[in-house]
Amino acid sequence: MDLEPIYLSRLQHYLYCPRQFALIELEDVWIENQFTAEGKVLHQRVDQPDKQKRGDIRTVRSLRLSHSTLGIEGVADVVEYHRQPDGTEQPYPIEYKRGKPKSHRADEVQLCAQALCLEDMEGLAVPEGALFYGEVRRRHGVDFDEALRELTLQTIQACRDIVQTKATPKAAYQAGKCRNCSLIEQCHPQDFTRPASAWLAQQLAQD
Amino acid sequence: MRPLRNVIYIQTQNAWVHKDNDNLVMKVGDEIKARVPIHKLQGLVCFGQVSISPYLMAHCAENAVTITYLNQFGKFLARVEGPVSGNVLLRRTQHLTGANRDKSVAIARTMLSGKLYNQRSVLRRYLRDYGDKENEQTMSAELATAEKRLSRCLQQLTDCDAIDTLMGREGEAAQVYFGVFQHLIRQPDFQFDARRRRPPTDPVNALLSFCYTLLTHDCRSALETTGLDPASGFLHQLRSGRPSLALDLAEEFRPMIDRFVLSLINKRQLSLKDFEEWPNGSFTLKEEPRRTLLAAWQDRKQDTLTHPWFEESVSVGLLPWLQAQILARFLRGDCDSYVPFLWK
Ligand code: SF4
Repeated sequence: MDLEPIYLSRLQHYLYCPRQFALIELEDVWIENQFTAEGKVLHQRVDQPDKQKRGDIRTVRSLRLSHSTLGIEGVADVVEYHRQPDGTEQPYPIEYKRGKPKSHRADEVQLCAQALCLEDMEGLAVPEGALFYGEVRRRHGVDFDEALRELTLQTIQACRDIVQTKATPKAAYQAGKCRNCSLIEQCHPQDFTRPASAWLAQQLAQD
Repeated sequence: MRPLRNVIYIQTQNAWVHKDNDNLVMKVGDEIKARVPIHKLQGLVCFGQVSISPYLMAHCAENAVTITYLNQFGKFLARVEGPVSGNVLLRRTQHLTGANRDKSVAIARTMLSGKLYNQRSVLRRYLRDYGDKENEQTMSAELATAEKRLSRCLQQLTDCDAIDTLMGREGEAAQVYFGVFQHLIRQPDFQFDARRRRPPTDPVNALLSFCYTLLTHDCRSALETTGLDPASGFLHQLRSGRPSLALDLAEEFRPMIDRFVLSLINKRQLSLKDFEEWPNGSFTLKEEPRRTLLAAWQDRKQDTLTHPWFEESVSVGLLPWLQAQILARFLRGDCDSYVPFLWK
């Protein structure tokens, strides 16, 4: 049986918060807030599939990716193919992100997962790629080293576990993270960690 | 908290409602009567002869705006809705929970606790406001007795372990509560002796019935937005075409509606001549006063109060949605009980 695909773009949700991933993946919760809307506008520009060639670099936009055994799929914003002296082409994925480089590795993991797909599809090693951050308008090179590959595979497995058990992890409130989370209205990270039946019994007993 | 989007009530007969870019436009003949940005909408409720363009309908369906058609007296006719929102896992859990007797009773009990608690709040408010008036001693004595009996019914709910006994207690509470309801009406023209629904045989009952219908709509769309199945309830029996869960959820809000109706009467926003009596003895609200009522209803929804569970200030219009959220989170196992809205 084929694995249910896990979308590349969802890996970053898991890394931000496993519950966020589950809310979106299992519960269809999706609130378009300012952040996601801006991301969409930025993406609309690169989402029209097209190809370009300039010198030794061939650029393919909105390339569909998948991996035959990992069960991941998605679309790469941009893949550059760099022509090598021996005539082969080296794929180099680039992902566009709003904002600026982040302290957590969600963006790198998403990019690395694209590299895994490209390796699987093209039968070539893909050692590096880049993230392009809208706010600083700068490319930021990423090495797909062992540690990042390991983290990426672990993340894919953890997402797979959630999809298979169909259990939404409970909220673990962290002020900084939750306040920036587009799903906070649906998640209520602080409220549902309190005992409800005891609260209700107490309210009803009060006069 | 989530922004409160509007429900628009259209009751102008022969209105033509269509989409003009991102606006909803209402025309009668060639004259434009209203223009509203569509993104501010949560629902459209049309009374009687109102036509809606297919493009507006499609747009509403895509953007989770529910369109409800009622006849001109407020009886439900049809609903237009986009693809079912929410997800199958939640609905499955809901149905399995509904099929489990003990779990259903537990949820129904919390919902009815909310209703009785809130009915008691209605009585308490009047006792607080009018209880010590010299000339009203008999009345306040009766209200005080009713308040005590409601408290007892509320306590007795805890021991109920079957839907039948829960319904029995709820029936008792309703008798106590509606037994003194007349005391809450400060306009001698309006008389009320008991709750009569089919059909409402006096203006007060007509108002209650009409407003409960509006409430059920709001509960229904709150459930749908949350991904719950409005047709599959815990307290109300399943019956084809009946929004059992919307009716369940409405229970805890009915006392707030009662108070809304009382304030319309007591503040003289409506008078007896606003009602029409029909040959079968039933009463309905005339068209123009219904406009007054719907406007007051919209205002009421903008009011804010503190939600005791969330400990946060929320608008009245969001309450059904918040309660649907609590129910969904409970069904998914985030918390160990449903908690009704307790009106303090
Ligand atoms: S609000 Fe917090 S706990 Fe909830 S999904 Fe977002 S980050 Fe996770």
